[in-house]
Amino acid sequence: MSENQRIIEIEVLRYNPETDKEPSRQVFEVPFTDDMSVLQGVQYIKDYLDGSLSFRWSCRMAICGSCGMMINGEPSLSCETFLRDYYPARVRVEALAHFPIEKDLVINMEGFIEKLESIQPYIIPKEERTLAQGEYLQTPAQLASYEQFSSCINCMLCYAACPQFGLNAEFIGPAAMALLHRYNIDSRDAGKAERMELVNSEEGVFNCTAVGYCSEVCPKHVDPANAVNQNKTNSAADYFLRFLTPKGGAK
Amino acid sequence: MNKRRPYVRPMAGWWRKNPFFVEYMIHEGTALFVAAYALILLTGLVYLSRGEAAWNVWLEGLKNPWYIAFHWLTLAAMCYHTYTWFKIMPRTMPPVIVGGKRLPDFAITGSGLAVAATASLAMLGLVWGMAR
Ligand code: SF4
Ligand code: FES
Repeated sequence: MSENQRIIEIEVLRYNPETDKEPSRQVFEVPFTDDMSVLQGVQYIKDYLDGSLSFRWSCRMAICGSCGMMINGEPSLSCETFLRDYYPARVRVEALAHFPIEKDLVINMEGFIEKLESIQPYIIPKEERTLAQGEYLQTPAQLASYEQFSSCINCMLCYAACPQFGLNAEFIGPAAMALLHRYNIDSRDAGKAERMELVNSEEGVFNCTAVGYCSEVCPKHVDPANAVNQNKTNSAADYFLRFLTPKGGAK
Repeated sequence: MNKRRPYVRPMAGWWRKNPFFVEYMIHEGTALFVAAYALILLTGLVYLSRGEAAWNVWLEGLKNPWYIAFHWLTLAAMCYHTYTWFKIMPRTMPPVIVGGKRLPDFAITGSGLAVAATASLAMLGLVWGMAR
């Protein structure tokens, strides 16, 4: 052991669907060095202390979005959160809040995937173009208008930060709404009218009470709260415009 | 047999679990003071409609030290509410582009607070002028 190696306590919320009625806490003593992330601490547990511990990870560099956990109660990417910042206190890790726990630190993300699909996360062009007509051109300003909302890595930290999603799992939620907004304001897209139906729906933006914690925890500065709240305005406009325009806004 | 049995954690007491949520609840809670103050003014209006004598009774009531203390408390709550309201304002509006650059959050919050302060002072000056 190198001399700068210390021991930190990691408390993990464990849950085994085959044997446990409900989750319970288990504390592990993990030797660590200054360069070790919480993810590496959890990996140490799996490799040397308890091979049955389950968790998700892949890139170890804050880009795949799979290693999200509650770390001392805050939604965080465990690969970019460091053990040294908690030592000598104990660090508590738990599966992302507001999602059902599948096993240990693994959550059930089916609902989130369905939401992502439901917003039609692709460009719906105004009219068909042939290959010969070439690519869609866009100015730097047009790109800048939606770029921030396209940086999402689907880590779901924002959902773990959203009490309204916790209280109503049907709420379309921050990341899906940010992605919806990203396509709606893309100059190449013409699918806004279709997507607005979702924005206006029971599952839509008005579940949001502007807590704002989602934007606070987002590791990619997407500011999903901004997308949600801008769409409250859009939804209201959609509602009132139908009285003015012959075709109508929303259905 | 399917061995999956996803566990849904309870939400009871959610707002106590994170300092951010506690702050949010305080922010929302200060709105009750706004409502309370509106009720006070409304009562004043009712008394006014009953003639000068009734109005003076209401005015006299306002001089009660408890009432004055409550006013100070309401003022503090209102200030806090205003501050937190403008703090989240940048999150609720489309980006403001000035000279090709996006206006930073603190500029939006700052202008909001400045407008609120100016409007309040103007109101105070007006009412003060009328009362003298
Ligand atoms: S919006 Fe941010 S916090 Fe939410 S899933 Fe995307 S990257 Fe993660
Ligand atoms: S492991 Fe990929 S984001 Fe953390």
